[in-house]
Amino acid sequence: MALVQNFPFITIVFSLTCGVLCAVLPGRGAKRLCLGWLALTTAMSGAVLRFTLTTDGSFLYRMGKWGAPFGNELRVGVLEALMATAFSGVMLLSLLGGMRHIFADCEPGKVNLYFTMCALLMSSLFALIYTNDLFTAYVFVEINTIASCALVMLRSSDRTLVATTRYLIMSLLGSGLFLLGIVTLYGITGELLLESIAEKVQALFAAGQYSLPLTVIIGFFSVGLAVKSALFPFHSWLPDAHGSATPSSSAILSGLVLKGYIIVLIKIFYRVFGLEIIVSEQVSRFLLLFGVLAMLVGSVNALRERDLKRLLAYSSVAQVGYIYVGIGLHSELGMVAACVQILAHALTKPMLFICAGGFMDVSGGHKDLAAITGAGLRDPLGGAAFSVGALSMMGIPFFAGFVTKLELARGALEAGPVTLGITFAALAVSTLLNALYYIPIVFNLYTRPRDGAWAGVRQRYHWEYAAALAAFIALNLGFGMGSDWVVGAIRRGLALFGM
Amino acid sequence: MPGLVQHLFTNYYETAAVVLFGIGFTTLLMHRNLLKKIIGFNFMDSAIYLYLASKGYIAGRLAPIVSGENADPARYINPIPTGLVLTGIVVSVSVTAFLLALTCRLYDRFHTLDIDEITRLARKEQV
Repeated sequence: MALVQNFPFITIVFSLTCGVLCAVLPGRGAKRLCLGWLALTTAMSGAVLRFTLTTDGSFLYRMGKWGAPFGNELRVGVLEALMATAFSGVMLLSLLGGMRHIFADCEPGKVNLYFTMCALLMSSLFALIYTNDLFTAYVFVEINTIASCALVMLRSSDRTLVATTRYLIMSLLGSGLFLLGIVTLYGITGELLLESIAEKVQALFAAGQYSLPLTVIIGFFSVGLAVKSALFPFHSWLPDAHGSATPSSSAILSGLVLKGYIIVLIKIFYRVFGLEIIVSEQVSRFLLLFGVLAMLVGSVNALRERDLKRLLAYSSVAQVGYIYVGIGLHSELGMVAACVQILAHALTKPMLFICAGGFMDVSGGHKDLAAITGAGLRDPLGGAAFSVGALSMMGIPFFAGFVTKLELARGALEAGPVTLGITFAALAVSTLLNALYYIPIVFNLYTRPRDGAWAGVRQRYHWEYAAALAAFIALNLGFGMGSDWVVGAIRRGLALFGM
Repeated sequence: MPGLVQHLFTNYYETAAVVLFGIGFTTLLMHRNLLKKIIGFNFMDSAIYLYLASKGYIAGRLAPIVSGENADPARYINPIPTGLVLTGIVVSVSVTAFLLALTCRLYDRFHTLDIDEITRLARKEQV
């Protein structure tokens, strides 16, 4: 076994260790440890990605060398490694970009706990990406929930407290359904490893047994994870939680945490049940429908919102809708589109939230649209990054968001005429709506405020903020222009999923 | 239909577990009192543990505590669900602790346990 094959396990377990260490270190030390570790995990995940690309295969990592059915396994393929690399990189940049706010927003002496939670969150994301065992997935889903609620709460104000409580309650409903799905499936198949369950499920399905319970189980998984990933109509908790947290938290929650659950759902759909069962159970139709509704409702709500961060949160609801539309197209191309959207949104939305944090700096801490007039002039780099992000969200070519729309359209062309019509109409309307609320903000950023408010304020650039934004811009453009490579890698990864 | 009813009575542990899950789920979703929400959450999780434990139980067999050499798998119940229940209890205890801590802080600030009232008060303070 090559050294690099141990990296997935190392990234998961040592992220937990890093979290524990951060809890006892002082704030600055915790920051250095956490950032250093994240840089290292990004490099290690990159090495894993390179390894899987060169060997063009996936491998199983058996914990303690125990085989099935007793052991616990990690499964690593191109797609998993790609997601892990992107997620830890985005996590690092989000923390860097909002670093000043983290230190300002947390209660003094508790900053180290913020990094503890970030490390735990990263560990759970890695575990959700790599794990091959359903119950492990459940445990890490709960770790993810607690860590992300704590990230919202660490900026102590009444509003974040209430937002955290509502977020936690909704999340618990979701994980309750997810757990019920796991135990019912375990009751039928007696297995927890994905491949073993898949074998038995296929046999049951071929024999025509247990078809009602299997449908119900698919329903539990879909609804449970849809609640947690804020698919319309379960999105009500998201704007409060993402709108009131510190910029880094909003960036991480919007960009990464929602996606972790979706990756679990994709794994369950395609590695446990398989495409045929999902199609014959009509689940994908519901996902497509709710995805389309999410795209529209999220955008309409964003259009009416006057608070920049809540607006971005509503835009996340719409963007999650794109992912579900991709899944709901129930074809390989649709899945490619969903994975592309996971990456594209993970690269774009955190950048927008970090910019929103920068605009608050130069607008006296306000984040409503009227107050940030001219913020792009006072914070030129933030303005440039926000414009890039806005163009990407609208789906202008050469930006990351365009790739998603292209792939979604390609996936829809393969589907039936009704699906094709609905998807194309939804894409067109949602692009229009995105443009309707992003373009005015960009113009607003470059309008000189009439009353000369905050005229003398200039962004005092710290290398962390500047480096994070520069890296985000570069990644976004790189993703948009080098999309062939990414799409090719995703395709190979999905092929390894056994599609 | 009689077949279905009979199944419900044969697997009465599972039936009870699903009913309890429903009670817990609706309490967590609908109830306005935070403490009752937490109780509902615990109902929900306990129901799942009941379900799992009953799935792993095989009538007439022993608890899977192996001592000595004569470990014959046929004498013991299935240990995996028991292990899952233990893991699940750890998870739900920590989540309960977190929720209770949040509730304490909310009560300190707003002097009420009604989540709708708290949301209203927090919104009013913002404006």
